[in-house]
Amino acid sequence: MLNPGGNIQLDGEGRLRHFLTTDGLDRRILIEILDHAESFAVVGDRPVKKVPLLRGKTIVNLFFEASTRTRTTFEIAAKRLSADVQSLSVNLSSTTKGESLRDTLQTMEAMHCDMFVIRHSGSGAAHFIARLVAPHVSIINGGDGRNAHPTQALLDMFTIRQHKPDFAALRVAIVGDITHSRVARSDIYALNTLGVREIRVVGPKTLIPAGIESLGVKVYTEMESGLRGVDVIIMLRLQRERMRSALLPSEQEYFRCYGLTEERLRLAREDVMVMHPGPINRGIEIDSRVADGERSVILQQVSNGIAIRMAVMALIAGAGRGRA
Amino acid sequence: MKSMDFTVEAIIAEMAARLGKFLADRDRRDPLILGIQTGGVWVAERLRTQLGIDHPLGRLNIAFYRDDFSRIGMHPHVTPSLLPFSVEDRHVILVDDVLHTGRTVRAAMNEIFDYGRPASIALAVLIDRGAHELPVQADITGKAIELGVGEHVKLLGPEPLQLEFRRSC
Repeated sequence: MLNPGGNIQLDGEGRLRHFLTTDGLDRRILIEILDHAESFAVVGDRPVKKVPLLRGKTIVNLFFEASTRTRTTFEIAAKRLSADVQSLSVNLSSTTKGESLRDTLQTMEAMHCDMFVIRHSGSGAAHFIARLVAPHVSIINGGDGRNAHPTQALLDMFTIRQHKPDFAALRVAIVGDITHSRVARSDIYALNTLGVREIRVVGPKTLIPAGIESLGVKVYTEMESGLRGVDVIIMLRLQRERMRSALLPSEQEYFRCYGLTEERLRLAREDVMVMHPGPINRGIEIDSRVADGERSVILQQVSNGIAIRMAVMALIAGAGRGRA
Repeated sequence: MKSMDFTVEAIIAEMAARLGKFLADRDRRDPLILGIQTGGVWVAERLRTQLGIDHPLGRLNIAFYRDDFSRIGMHPHVTPSLLPFSVEDRHVILVDDVLHTGRTVRAAMNEIFDYGRPASIALAVLIDRGAHELPVQADITGKAIELGVGEHVKLLGPEPLQLEFRRSC
């Protein structure tokens, strides 16, 4: 049986049907996405930046949470695949979340959409919707609450592989607000599946969830020891509302303890890669000289986001046809 | 399994001679050569050497242009297309190993036009096995063979190049 666990993300033949989380996706699927993304990446360099793969398909980006780069790269990815794409920013009315989500979706389905990209502040929103949709409709998670952001994780893996193809040799540090980060969680699952040598999470105790060691990571509450000898640093965005919730003293204090500066960068390996999902807070989690410096691959991550999203959309649309 | 009394290299040598004449007759100078992955690239590389084409070989992965995507989805990953030149206003030689339905050639031409507008495209195939489903004919055919329903021919390579004939049951 190709989908023995009944993974909601896979169809009966073990192919990707929804893309909701990197948790529970095996190495074969992750590598398949990365390999296809390599082919899609070159489409952006051509005179005609478009392939006809998803001609006639309709993709709707349903964004219940603000986003610029994720939404834009999903749109560009869909357009480069020749799909028709519509983006909707939906304001949540606080009392009727579950209901309005279902209603919005059914309205969209009635318009014969083939695929939805969902971003929502509620953890589990994408899974919730994936269980509701008609069999011919696929869901891609564009980020749900603090749960998962799987396309970000895959574009991170793709960027790492471009520079350092041997995952088994890598020490990776994820730095910042681990507790509230869907990027951290999705990266950790993907890095483990791809078999990296070591994953470290680095941040203040108040922003590292208790028991996270069970995901196969080492916890460091001190920046200096956490960065020593690492090959990859993934910085997380510090959300300012965390200051208000008293988890952190101040922005200046945070930068002093956990900001990525040139001095701290020297503790890592000489060829270290500096990554960040964006948008960056200069002077809060990262010094401008590092963000714009030669070790930074932050803008490559953005470009790679298009190729990864093309690969995921194409694989899902392909598997979807198999069901028909 | 049929045995064939000709070698692939001999067919290619003869194709190169006819292709050279084809281009000269039409005054198509300084052509570019493009192989369709995987087998077409092997044949194209040999033709390139024998015709003395200096430009690097282009290779096409037509996976994104197939017309059966809506039925069977993505094909397994092969190396991405690589056109290390501009095809704009150039004479292009498109090479494949086996011409069957003609759908691959159609997909390849669609892809080429997304890189620019060539002055001309000539099609060279090692084997034309018949049963075309689209109005696609090769300009240069190495060997034309008639295969029945359920019979297949495949080019094995890259070293040595050999033809494998199979019957599916």
